Amino acid sequence: MVDLKSGRAGGMGEILDVEGPYEVAPLGTALVELSANRPEIVGLTADMGRFSDIHAFRDAHPDRFFNVGMAEADLLLIAAGLAKTGKIAYCTTYSVFVTRRALDFLVIACAHSKANVKILAGMSGLMNPYGATHQATDDIAVLRMIPDLAIIDPCDATELAQVVKAVADIEGTVYVRSLRGKVPVVFDPEEYSFEFGKAKELRSGSDVGVISTGFMTQRAFVASAAARERGLGAGVLHVPTIKPFDTEAVLRFAAGVDRLVIAENHQMSGGLATLVTEALYDAGLHVPMIKIGIQHRFHECGSQAYMEEKYGLDQGRITRAVIDGV
Amino acid sequence: MAQPGTTRRPEITIPAHDRTVEQLHDEAFALRQTMLRMASDKGEGYIAQGMDIADLLAVVYFRELNFDPNDPEWADRDRFVLSTGHYSIALYAVLHRIGYISEEKLDEFGLNGADLALSTFDDQPGVEITGGSLGHGLGQAVGMALGYRLDRRASRIICELSDGELQEGSVWEAAMAAASHRLDNLIAVIDCNGIQADGPTVLDMEPIADKWRAFGWDTREIDGNDVAALVAAFDALRASDGRPKAIVLRTTPGKGIPTLESRERAHFVRVKADEWTSLRAELESNRG
Repeated sequence: MVDLKSGRAGGMGEILDVEGPYEVAPLGTALVELSANRPEIVGLTADMGRFSDIHAFRDAHPDRFFNVGMAEADLLLIAAGLAKTGKIAYCTTYSVFVTRRALDFLVIACAHSKANVKILAGMSGLMNPYGATHQATDDIAVLRMIPDLAIIDPCDATELAQVVKAVADIEGTVYVRSLRGKVPVVFDPEEYSFEFGKAKELRSGSDVGVISTGFMTQRAFVASAAARERGLGAGVLHVPTIKPFDTEAVLRFAAGVDRLVIAENHQMSGGLATLVTEALYDAGLHVPMIKIGIQHRFHECGSQAYMEEKYGLDQGRITRAVIDGV
Repeated sequence: MAQPGTTRRPEITIPAHDRTVEQLHDEAFALRQTMLRMASDKGEGYIAQGMDIADLLAVVYFRELNFDPNDPEWADRDRFVLSTGHYSIALYAVLHRIGYISEEKLDEFGLNGADLALSTFDDQPGVEITGGSLGHGLGQAVGMALGYRLDRRASRIICELSDGELQEGSVWEAAMAAASHRLDNLIAVIDCNGIQADGPTVLDMEPIADKWRAFGWDTREIDGNDVAALVAAFDALRASDGRPKAIVLRTTPGKGIPTLESRERAHFVRVKADEWTSLRAELESNRG
């Protein structure tokens, strides 16, 4: 157990407890690469350039970068206005400010208008030391109810870079649960390829199946490997696109395993587990399920490791669920 | 009876800057006629607001804006952003006048499933933003102005707002951003008619013009129902001096129809079926 007194409540939205390798600021690198030959791409932030890694884009294209100040409503409105002149507007701020403070502007000015606004939101889920004001443990639940809005939860630096490039060619408004700073590299860029709207079976096994999204897929891989050492076949279905949801892949995967573990950095209600449950129930498929996620409550401040362990998102919790079924 | 707005199909040229004040006055009158017909078909609506910005829309569409009557999506067009989506009746009237909205579509205004709803939706040709939720216009206008500047288009953005709408914080976020980004291709026109949903403006809004000046906008304050004053104000605000422009319009709800002008509860007007004829007569006799 991480000791509260000895632990430092640091780690600004970074995942630092895996061996690595890491890549620094993959969002910025990918956006700079993409925008070199795409003059229609513009970048915006609401005073979160440093803490979202979009500064690399600002340095590459200062004329195409707009810091609108601490004004998240205006961030989305200006992005929508730019989109209406033919731009593809990449915005960065924290998830909480999009889903709580600026929701009306996201719903109407962006989603309803099918504006080409790509929101790269930081610190989604339980992902920072600041407590409930900064912890977007409810963002998927809020946003999945909005029509014409895509939601993507990438796993690692490889997938985030691919997503940053892919969303430019997805019509309309897209919300990405971004990762900042030192971002672990879990997927081999030579082998992994993000496809919008597609879930991917990245480990096979029929004894137990993990359906995971975001960085929880890395934890699912570790649990799957540990299970294999015990002679247990643990499949992993990675679901980076939350909306539109790949119901077909989820049903196919669930039908091929004895039991399921759902893993997400989000409240257990309203996110991936709910989507999977709905899909299974609608199809008349019953598969025993353990949900790994965040409880329905506000959380205190604390380091990433402290919070994950206390609230059951850590590696040990997932591995227990996969191997022991508890 | 001849329907206003259809009998005089416009000979609109681009730009249409040579209209006289008298011609603009006639256009405003024709817009009011169209709006009254639209409202009487429905029996209710935001007629008072429509009447009070008719003069503004006449000057904007028939003197200030460069647009293509055959192509609402023309990339170099000037844009008029109506932030108060509930003023839709006025915008539809002028879009009908310039040919973007057909007679058939106008007749369906506000009906079940109609393209033309009581609020403006941007899937309609000529409607630049979806405007029912207040506080959405100016920020998008700022984005459009930035986009135009980036593309080196000389075109301008004219964004309408209302005094009650100034209570929305997002307006001031956008006002600050516009001045900071030195958007002199952006003009805000603020319809100060003194009313909002709960009656007379519920907060002390004054001094409105000084607020815009303090935010860095080159600001004029005029009688918004005076066509000549509108023309002069737009003429005075053409400088490329790095400052966004604002015109504070003092308007009268229901302008042109004395019964509506004196109506206490003017935000959403319901009129009895037999009253429309007398309102129409009032409008005609107050043509001025």
